[in-house]
Amino acid sequence: MKTILLSGNTALSYAVKQLDVDVVSAYPITPQTTMVEKLSEYVANGELNAEFIPVESEHSALSSVLGASAAGARVFTSTSSQGLLLMHEIMFIAAGLRLPVVMGVADRAVSAPINIWNDHSDIMAQRDSGWICFFAESAQESYDRTIQAYRIAEDENVHLPVNLNFDGFILTHTYEPVTTLDDDMVLKYAPKKRRRLVLDPSTPMTFGGLGSPEYYFEAKYQAIKALENSLKTIIEADKEYERISGRGYGLYKAYMTDDADTILVSLGSVGGSIRGVVKRMRRDGLKVGALSLKLFRPFPAKELVEALSKTNSVVVLDKASSPGAIGGPLFLEIQASLKSFDVNVPVMDIIAGLGGREIGPDDIRVMFNKGLKVAAEKKVDKILDFVGVYL
Amino acid sequence: MPKKVSEMEEGFVMTTPRSSMQTKTGSWRTFKPVIDYSKCISCAICWSYCPEPAIFLKDDKYTVDYEYCKGCGICAAECPVKAITMVREGE
Repeated sequence: MKTILLSGNTALSYAVKQLDVDVVSAYPITPQTTMVEKLSEYVANGELNAEFIPVESEHSALSSVLGASAAGARVFTSTSSQGLLLMHEIMFIAAGLRLPVVMGVADRAVSAPINIWNDHSDIMAQRDSGWICFFAESAQESYDRTIQAYRIAEDENVHLPVNLNFDGFILTHTYEPVTTLDDDMVLKYAPKKRRRLVLDPSTPMTFGGLGSPEYYFEAKYQAIKALENSLKTIIEADKEYERISGRGYGLYKAYMTDDADTILVSLGSVGGSIRGVVKRMRRDGLKVGALSLKLFRPFPAKELVEALSKTNSVVVLDKASSPGAIGGPLFLEIQASLKSFDVNVPVMDIIAGLGGREIGPDDIRVMFNKGLKVAAEKKVDKILDFVGVYL
Repeated sequence: MPKKVSEMEEGFVMTTPRSSMQTKTGSWRTFKPVIDYSKCISCAICWSYCPEPAIFLKDDKYTVDYEYCKGCGICAAECPVKAITMVREGE
């Protein structure tokens, strides 16, 4: 194990190299560009023995790796924002064909107005595509999850695509010391396996055939259940990774939630800032807690409800919007989970940080104060609120 | 016949070739091509244009396989001697 200075982007590239990926196809887009640059460099200088397919669009990037994956290759692609939207239709196909494609997503806002900075609008628009969806808080976590992703995706009980989300610029471009595993450890943890169903001229098979009304529903049901059942493998893969590396992440990171009056739930890099504010507010005697969710699909509803059932109010921080809905995508998920498991904690939603608007300690304090007010009054005045927008 | 989830390969992969033969597409048809053999010159243009393909040479005659013909009408449009007419199903 050695510790190297890596950014989120180069941490992923480094992991992909160690995982001995066979085919890489990606189209550069800010803030993901340096990841593709690094990967093409690895292929060009022979450090990674892979086929690098330069393409004219993200639609083709995902299509190429999808075909390669069907032929049994270990594949990687990555994108962001508009590029991810262009991949939209192929994402459903990857999941429907049950191909273990792994993709890095440098989360970025979606046009218009055009904006290259971070929020979660791009990935939330892919919510129902049937992929396993992780969020990372650091370059270290991005590196570790990439290795886990291949073990999970290629597990014979899963066979599903995985996307790894790490916040644009905040994680993609920030360098930090990343402790890496030795190459042989990586491949021992996530070994390459031959799948039973692969495209091979010696045993011809049809991938992507017509599923008429007699067949479509069953095929879809199978993919829905596979995503639901992948949770077990995800938990096991993380435990095993912790055993070999000393680093495990679980489904969420809870911080000072046991006796908290209000818990702020978030996704991605903002989790660290929130914990910093919790620490300071606790010094002032305010009982606040933080929960940073690591896995968005499959949504760990039961586990999350347990973690939130004892508090007096929940504030959800959404870095994406669902215009016209009563709240953002994460809020809808958490509210539905709590109510479905008969937990009647008041929940409010806060949308913040859109298009790279900074979420600073003062903003987080404002969010906690709103949560404490809901806890004290035992009711939610405003289901959806916005923090950091100039009105 | 619908298959149960448990009988289906992962990802709806079909492991036996010619699986499309099991899906008989004749029921999609609204108009069916009918060949008038008194006009037919056996030029094979219908055979070569049929996208299905659902026109075959049978006993020296070009014949439509109605189990698979979707009724697109390309054969009738291409026939140089107007030997093929599209007739509404049920008429």
